[in-house]
Amino acid sequence: MRKIFSKLYMAIIFIFLYAPIVVMMVFSFNDSKSRVKWDGFSLRWYESLFEDDEIFAALTLSLEVAVIAAICATLIGLVAAIGLFGLNKRLKNVMMILNSVPMINPEIVTGVSLMLLFVALCNLLGFLEMGFTTLVLAHITFCVPYVVLNILPKLRQMNPHLYEAAQDLGCPPVKAFCKVVLPEIMPGVFTGMMMAFTLSLDDFIISYFVGGETQTLPVLIYSMTKKHVKPNMFALTSLFFAVILVLLLIVNIRQMRDENKKRAF
Amino acid sequence: MNKKSSVLAAPFALWILIFTVVPLALVVYFAFWGDNGFTLDFIKSIGEGEYAKSLGTSIWLGAIATVICLLLGYPVAYIISRAKGISQRTMVMLIMLPQWMNFLLRTYALMSLLENNGLINTWLRDIGLDPINIINTRAAVVLGMVYDFLPFMVLPIYSVMTKIDHRVTEAAQDLGANGFVVFRRVILPLSVPGIISGITMVFVPAVSSFIISRLLGGGKEMLIGDVIEMLFIQVEGGRNVGAALSLVLMVLMLICMTLMNHFDDSEDSGGMIA
Repeated sequence: MRKIFSKLYMAIIFIFLYAPIVVMMVFSFNDSKSRVKWDGFSLRWYESLFEDDEIFAALTLSLEVAVIAAICATLIGLVAAIGLFGLNKRLKNVMMILNSVPMINPEIVTGVSLMLLFVALCNLLGFLEMGFTTLVLAHITFCVPYVVLNILPKLRQMNPHLYEAAQDLGCPPVKAFCKVVLPEIMPGVFTGMMMAFTLSLDDFIISYFVGGETQTLPVLIYSMTKKHVKPNMFALTSLFFAVILVLLLIVNIRQMRDENKKRAF
Repeated sequence: MNKKSSVLAAPFALWILIFTVVPLALVVYFAFWGDNGFTLDFIKSIGEGEYAKSLGTSIWLGAIATVICLLLGYPVAYIISRAKGISQRTMVMLIMLPQWMNFLLRTYALMSLLENNGLINTWLRDIGLDPINIINTRAAVVLGMVYDFLPFMVLPIYSVMTKIDHRVTEAAQDLGANGFVVFRRVILPLSVPGIISGITMVFVPAVSSFIISRLLGGGKEMLIGDVIEMLFIQVEGGRNVGAALSLVLMVLMLICMTLMNHFDDSEDSGGMIA
């Protein structure tokens, strides 16, 4: 009885969470512009997607920003995490609080505060303009905290004597780091980087305030929601969704297999 | 990994200084300094008229959305934490998955469902029922907030619940507690840190949300996020009052952060999202 109730409850919650998404995906195959009436199956929105220069330009920009921001944020975050790990407790606590500010601050506040900074900087430095550079800087800023938080626990879990042992055996510090520490914390670095990439790709609010005239994909979607969102945008999102679903399934199946292997030993 | 490596924190400290501390200082600066020097006018203007009204509405709607998320999300987290192996993993994934879809499009899709001539009402008419009139009301805005932020409530509570030692609940059962008592005296108190962090993670974005009210509320009532956006982007010279309003949101965030730190003393609080 209780089992049935909890299954029913979960089903209702999942229907609530997925109904809009499923409807959107179904209507991306609709043969007309309507979001209500089904006019037959067609792939026309998927075809028009590949001819839409506006969407293509926005997507390219979003991907460029996300790749650069994710790589920079990972490098800064990695160095930062190692530094924080060696820091004394009080300074470390202060830094960790500051680190969490961009995560907990309302996004709109981060957005307008960075906008104020960049406007001031642009007035100060003639060569800087609101656009690609400010977008990348802003995205790095809100991505770094997640990278740091993913790497720090891995450093803490590591056996510190391994690094010392490598050095005792004559390994120079940098090499010892690359050979001993890096492989240990790699899962954290990787998760951090993936998180930074997806956060950057999906960000709308902050990009909206610091992007100037440039349009990332979410900003383009926003300008479309003011009038009418073209169904080919639904097509694009459905494609994204399918890719993410497959990726998540692969990751999960791999994790499960690893766990089963561990259990077998 | 010794004390020497702590030098490596310096570039990060510099980055935080330039891109986190200075921008927030600028917000404070613009909230208090106008063209004629220091003034409290901008802060005062928040307490009056439209600004006070939309601030009040935002906090009220954000609070309702947070309570609904807690009521809906807590059982979800509990059920997931009780499930085993594959089904637990699948359910966590299903909770997280919608986040990967752009929230603007999700909200827009919800709008197409709820519209007066939307899908739900079309179906209702087809089976001969009265259509529901929800779009462009406060209820729709709250529904949108719950829809967008529910996973933020479920995930922190779930992650705290999975850490509850089974032996504790077993001990309670051995001592004669029934299911309800175990829940009320053991599981509920132990999941408080998750509840607090869930409340923060829903309340802060819900209060400061913009666009949700425009899409689902028909733009009749502006929430505080919409007002800030308008002041910074559309109104010439509106940034001082905009900064003052942002300051209010920052204070709200600070209160939430203090609350969270009070309840969560563990160092490994990195599991907020994943």
